[in-house]
Amino acid sequence: MNGDINGSLNMLGYGIATIGPALAVGLIFAAYINGVARQPEAQSRLQSIAILGFALAEALAIIGIALAFVLN
Amino acid sequence: MIAGNLAAAFAPLASGGGFSPPGPADFDLPGIAGTSVTKPMVMIVLSAVLIFAVTYAMSRKAELVPGRLQYAGEWAYGSVRNGIARDIIGTDHFMKFVPYLFTLFAFVLVNNYFGMIPFVQFPTFSHSGFAYGLAALSWLLYNGVGIWKHGALGYLKHTCVPSGVRGPVLLLIAPLEFLSNILVRPVTLALRLFANMFAGHLLLILFALGGEYLLFEAFSPINAVGGVLAWVMFFGVSALELLVMFLQAYVFTLLTAMYVSGAVADEH
Repeated sequence: MNGDINGSLNMLGYGIATIGPALAVGLIFAAYINGVARQPEAQSRLQSIAILGFALAEALAIIGIALAFVLN
Repeated sequence: MIAGNLAAAFAPLASGGGFSPPGPADFDLPGIAGTSVTKPMVMIVLSAVLIFAVTYAMSRKAELVPGRLQYAGEWAYGSVRNGIARDIIGTDHFMKFVPYLFTLFAFVLVNNYFGMIPFVQFPTFSHSGFAYGLAALSWLLYNGVGIWKHGALGYLKHTCVPSGVRGPVLLLIAPLEFLSNILVRPVTLALRLFANMFAGHLLLILFALGGEYLLFEAFSPINAVGGVLAWVMFFGVSALELLVMFLQAYVFTLLTAMYVSGAVADEH
């Protein structure tokens, strides 16, 4: 059994790159939960906004993973 | 005995000295029976046939008091029609887009869940070409609708000039708006779906192969604990994937509806 760790440095970069989008997604859902807690009847309207914001923030992480696999 | 069979099944993937992690190469499936037709090609056609068959069965005997199947179909259709199309595009002309949106939702959902169905177990959209095609379709739709409503130059202005912005700042805003609305949108739409499916499936492969390697090929007491833990994680990630698959279908449809509603919005 050998203990080599092999892989690409790209993945390390991708790991660092996910920090930003992760914080963003957390903040978006924190705001959404706050809004629903303050005004439960606004939930249906807030939900689509929250999902949209989540998708936009997630797009950054996704561009990151695509580039991590593409760039050499 | 089962363990031996498992190890034999995974042997071509995790062989040689040390653990070779799975990579994008694992998604390059060979053509079926020596042809150039690959598994995802068959699956995408299968999904279309499947959706047609199910929706046809649901709507064949449409009655005033729906049966179980018809009720399920009406519930799914109604949630897309009211929850996505009507809420976002608005009550004026949302009905024109409901067929496309519902088809899109069902299509993406079925193709994503192919990644979890035993013996199929391959999400179609983990090959990026399919996702590009779908995003191109949505891109054509919302731009076409915008041009149909505002005229070509009018739509360009509508897209590039946000309401209430005037003066020299437009030199900065207009190119950015054009870039984000026309060029970045379809790319992120396609990449979001593709990368979610790809990354999720890669994660599942990694946990399955890693657990198998630790348990059967590099066996030691501490590795056995790690291997069992990896397989527990496999189930956890599977549950997460079920959620992500649904969410991606929902988000794709929702964003298409939002882009359409932005394109058909009246001048403020």
